Amino acid sequence: MSAWDEQRRAWEAELARRPAPPASTSSGISVDPLYAPGAAGEGRDLSGIGFPGQYPYTRGLHPSGYRGKLWTFRQYAGFGTAEDANARYRFLLEQGQTGLSVALDLPTQMGFDSDDPRVEEEVGRVGVAIDTLDDMEVIFAGLPLDRVSTSFTINGTAAILLAMYLAVCEKQRVPSGKINGTIQNDILKEYVARGTWIYPAAPSIRLIVDTIEHCAAHAPNFNALSVAGAHFRDAGCNAVQEMGYTLADAVAYVQACVDRGMNVDAIARQISFFFYTHMDFFEEVAKYRAGRRLWAKIMRERFGAKDPRSWMFRFGCVCGGSTLTAQQPMNNVVRVSYELLAAVLGGVQSVFTAAYDEAFALPTEATAELSLRTQQVLAYETGVPAVADPLGGSWYVEDLTDRMEAAIAALLERIDGMGGMVRAVEQGVIQREIAQEAFRQQKRIESGEKVIVGVNRFAKPEEPQLALYEPDPRIRERQVARLAEVKRRRDGAAVRQALDGLRATARGTGNLMPPLLACARAYCTVGEMNGVLVDVFGRFQEPTSV
Amino acid sequence: MGGRLRVLIAKPGLDGHDRGAKVVALALRDAGVEVIYTGLHQQVDRIAAVALAESVDVVALSILSGAHLSLTRKLVASLDALGIRGEVKVVVGGAIPPPDVARLLELGVARVFPTGTPLGEIVKWFGALERRSAA
Repeated sequence: MSAWDEQRRAWEAELARRPAPPASTSSGISVDPLYAPGAAGEGRDLSGIGFPGQYPYTRGLHPSGYRGKLWTFRQYAGFGTAEDANARYRFLLEQGQTGLSVALDLPTQMGFDSDDPRVEEEVGRVGVAIDTLDDMEVIFAGLPLDRVSTSFTINGTAAILLAMYLAVCEKQRVPSGKINGTIQNDILKEYVARGTWIYPAAPSIRLIVDTIEHCAAHAPNFNALSVAGAHFRDAGCNAVQEMGYTLADAVAYVQACVDRGMNVDAIARQISFFFYTHMDFFEEVAKYRAGRRLWAKIMRERFGAKDPRSWMFRFGCVCGGSTLTAQQPMNNVVRVSYELLAAVLGGVQSVFTAAYDEAFALPTEATAELSLRTQQVLAYETGVPAVADPLGGSWYVEDLTDRMEAAIAALLERIDGMGGMVRAVEQGVIQREIAQEAFRQQKRIESGEKVIVGVNRFAKPEEPQLALYEPDPRIRERQVARLAEVKRRRDGAAVRQALDGLRATARGTGNLMPPLLACARAYCTVGEMNGVLVDVFGRFQEPTSV
Repeated sequence: MGGRLRVLIAKPGLDGHDRGAKVVALALRDAGVEVIYTGLHQQVDRIAAVALAESVDVVALSILSGAHLSLTRKLVASLDALGIRGEVKVVVGGAIPPPDVARLLELGVARVFPTGTPLGEIVKWFGALERRSAA
């Protein structure tokens, strides 16, 4: 018997005397107390994991990891009027932020104008209010749109906001090849988990395919679709479900493009991904490695993509969200730091680190700055970015990556069996699965099985008072005055003509982006454009059973 | 009349974060409460109309958009206009900054459950309520 085998047997005997309690990841994948090579010291076969920058990209998209290019620090921000947002974006860029992420208020996301009495309390609250191209012009005034990429968390009205952004780039004379950014534009997860849906599934997916087709031809470096699992996760599902539902959504969108006769290699680069990174550290690393490998296989084998760039799973993430607690809020700084490390070890392309006061309100300037500094400390002080996929070859991480991939693939197969994601969502199946999982997780917290520091362990009766962001009570008044001024100045005949053109195209089958661009240039409002589309398309009917 | 407590869980306004609403709905149902869930994007006057039609004991609003003061004020006015202000308790849950808890109570809200409230505490509070007699 070799020395190695002797050591292993001694370890096993010791373990048998003092058995370790069982443990599992947050998705319920059981984990051993130790991962080690098998008998006689041979390692597991790692030939399948490949090299960074090579199919199937288990180890990342770039041959030298982050050495060539760090991930993008992309803090989600925006509130109030266009001037307020412009000031915050200038501040963040001056502090070393490298990409913009525009938070829009709910009326903009749902297709209402700021002067609509039905939404008066929501104007400028959770993001900036945009009514017309004029607001876009002010938001991006003096910002280098040819050098900074801009991400919009916008879905129901994504095509409308894309038209406005392309129009503002036109005005700033940004060459189309330099327009860089993302619209989220992922309606399926809105039906399930985020709620800013407007039209039924079929016309919504038509709009998404229109934006992909338009960007592929006119703004090739703009991502027209960011398929988002983040909101499933924050709605309560686990890591396997998050990745599984997201890839199922992406399959549905790619299929819709293929069904329209588009070449998969012509549209694949328009698609990126977006997730939440939560607290189960190695599971998060494995989730991203498994997702990257599975997507490469899906694009190459299922859709027959030939261009290696089409196989690449590019993703951004948020660190924070529902893992942040209202109790002992400073603990959230620590949580976000660990989550960020997991995301970076998982090979992320861009990160939003949430502020520790997120459970209460929008961040103040000071808390937003600390969350940006969290990324800078990891990027510049720890040495972590120096080596590509530093956890690659870890017996545990490789094993967990394999098992996550198998679990995610099984979930995808089950959804295929239900007739695909669109059908599963329309029937409310995914919604119920997520609510059940959220309830299960909550019960684990209440029973103390899942520990959350400061919440169900180490809680204190007295909580410190934070200095929170207070919204300006005059936001709506200021925004409504801006809108009235734009409406007074614009050419009414041109507005009517542009809206008529939009209606005619919506009734037919043509690409809706050219008429939406014409509307944006004529200073039509979000509410006017959305009104035409609701007239023609109707509204989604939500399955409300829980 | 007695019988099972009836609770309307409602998402007013445009906010689409319904995890809390759904988890509380499942927990209350497990505890024997009859739960009606409205779905997203409900106008406040419609929520009040459902409260009347379904003869509920409690309207539980879930709001994470920061618009809780205004939406709650409108709901209370709508219940008043329908003449059921005295019979229906209103509770609010969601992302409620600590200073706003007192403001909501001043509007006539019976109880506020900010994010982070243990589920057990919510279930216990509802468990102490009794079914109002049907008029």
